[in-house]
Amino acid sequence: MKEGAAPLTDAATAIEMVNVTVATASDPNSALIEDVNWTVSQGDYWIIGGLPDSGKSDLLSTAAGLTRPARGIHRVLGREIDQLSEDEKIQMRLRVGVVFADEGRLFGHLTIAENLALPICYHRNCRLAEVQERVEQILDMTGLSSLAYSTPRAVNRSLRPRIALARALVLEPELLLLDNPLRGVDPRQSRWWIEFLSALRSGHEIMNGRKTTLVVTADDFRPWAEQGEQFALIKDKHWMLLGERSGLRTHAEPLLHELLSAG
Amino acid sequence: MENAPAAASFGERQSRSRTRFIRNYLNWIGRRVLRLTYTVHGLGAFGLITLGVIMTKFYVASRVIHPLIRAQIHRAGVRLLPIVGFVAFALGLVVIGQTVSLLSRVGATNYAGIIMVTVVVRELGPLITALLVLARIGTAIVIELGTARALGEVEALEALGIDPIHYLVVPRVAGLAISILSLTIYLILIALFSGYLFAFLQDVPLRPGDYFSQLAASLRWEDFVLLALKGVSFGVIIATVTCYHGLARPLQIEEVAHATTRAVVESVVVCTLLDAVFIIVYLIM
Repeated sequence: MKEGAAPLTDAATAIEMVNVTVATASDPNSALIEDVNWTVSQGDYWIIGGLPDSGKSDLLSTAAGLTRPARGIHRVLGREIDQLSEDEKIQMRLRVGVVFADEGRLFGHLTIAENLALPICYHRNCRLAEVQERVEQILDMTGLSSLAYSTPRAVNRSLRPRIALARALVLEPELLLLDNPLRGVDPRQSRWWIEFLSALRSGHEIMNGRKTTLVVTADDFRPWAEQGEQFALIKDKHWMLLGERSGLRTHAEPLLHELLSAG
Repeated sequence: MENAPAAASFGERQSRSRTRFIRNYLNWIGRRVLRLTYTVHGLGAFGLITLGVIMTKFYVASRVIHPLIRAQIHRAGVRLLPIVGFVAFALGLVVIGQTVSLLSRVGATNYAGIIMVTVVVRELGPLITALLVLARIGTAIVIELGTARALGEVEALEALGIDPIHYLVVPRVAGLAISILSLTIYLILIALFSGYLFAFLQDVPLRPGDYFSQLAASLRWEDFVLLALKGVSFGVIIATVTCYHGLARPLQIEEVAHATTRAVVESVVVCTLLDAVFIIVYLIM
C-alpha cells in the first residue's frame, strides 16, 4: 500500500465522484455524461434513472472502477481508483459487486453452480467441488436451487439477472451495483427483486446480517419509487440529483414524471 | 481546331486519373503499413503482458488454472492424435515415396535417413503440426474468446477480481505450447515409421537396422534442442495471436468471423517467419 494512502477499510463513503466525465469503454475520451458530482454513503439505496441509451450502464461501469472516467476524481471505498495498485484493485473488486444488464453476462461455458463457485475458488485457491455447500446455500436463498447444474443458455432469460445477482453475492460485497435488473422481468419476479434488495439493505442472512449499500439503475421508476432512498437522473448527457424519496413526487423535472408513469 | 481544347482536357483527365490512381495506391500501402505497425505493437504488448502474468501468477489460483491447462492439453493435444497420426502416416509415405525409390535407382539409399531427418524432423514436422493445431484449435480460440468479449463476459471476470489474461490466456498458451511439442514428436515418429514401411513395400534394399542407424547418425543434439524450441514457440505464437484477436479490443458479435480470419493469416505468417529464422540457425550450426 502506498505511503499516506487511506486504507480500503472503514470508508464512510462508498463512491465519490467529483466533476467526473463518464466515457464509454470503447472510447476513453468520449463524454457520455458530464459533470457528475455524486457521493454514495455506506448504507445508501440509490436509484439512477434515465432513458434507454442515456449512459446508465457506462456510469455504473465507471462507478465500479471497470471503465476509466475521461476526467475528474473518482474514489471507491475512500480510495482514488487511479492510485490503486493491481492487488489493491482486486481487493476493491471483492468488495464491490456488479450485476450487469444484458442478462447478467454469465459465463456460458460453465453451469450455474460453477458460475457461482468460480470467484470463490479463484480467490481462495480451491477446487470448485470444495465450495459446493456455500454455493448451494446461496442458490437456495435466491430460489435457484433447481437450476444449479443447468447452463445459463438453458435458463429462462428473465432468471439470468437473478443468477448474476447470486454470483455477485458469493464474494459478500459491501456495495452492490445493479444495472437495470427489472428489465424484461415479470411482475411476480419484480416483487421478489424488490423484497430481496430491501432485505439486503437491512442485512440479509446471505450476507451474515451485514447491511449492503445499493445503487440501481432503471428506465422505469414505478417499482422503485417506494423503495429507493436517494434518486438521481441522467438527462441529455447531464447528471441531475433529485434528492430523497420524500421530495420525489413534488419535483418539477418532466423526465422524472415520465419515468414515474412509464408504460 | 475546335477539338483541341477537348483533346487537351481528355489528356488532362487521363493524367489526373493516373495521379489519383497512384495516390490511392500509395494510400492503400500506407494504410497497410500502419495497420501492420499497430498489429505488431499490439501483439508485442499483449505477449509481454501474458509473459508477465505467467511469471507472476503461475501458482496463483493454481487449483483453478492448472485444471484449465490440462483441459487445453486434452483439447489441443489428445483429441488431435487421430488427425495428426493420419497426416504423419501420409507424410512419411510422400517423402519416402518421392525420394527413397529414386535414391535406390542411383544406389544412394544411405541418404534416406538424412533426407527424413532434414525434411520431417527439422522442417515439415513442427510446421505441419502447428498448422493442424491452428486450423483445429486456433480458430476455435478466436471464436470463443471473441464471443466472450462481445457478450461482456470478460468485463464480468474483471468485476469479480479475476484477471482475464490469467484465466483465459495463460491456460491456452501453456496448453498449446505443450500440445504442439508433444504432437510434433508423435508426428515425427509415425512419419519415420511409415516412411520405412513404404520403402519396404517398394522392395527398396534398405534393412531396418541400416535405416535407423542412418537416422541416428543424421540426428545431432542441436536437432532435439531446436525441435523443442520450435514446438514451444509455435504453440506460444498461435495461442498469443489467436487470444489477442479474440480479446484485445471490444468486438461486435459480427466482427468475430473477420477477427478469426486475421488471426489465422497472422499466425501462419509469424510461424513461417520463425521457421525461416530456425533455418538460418540450422545453416549457421
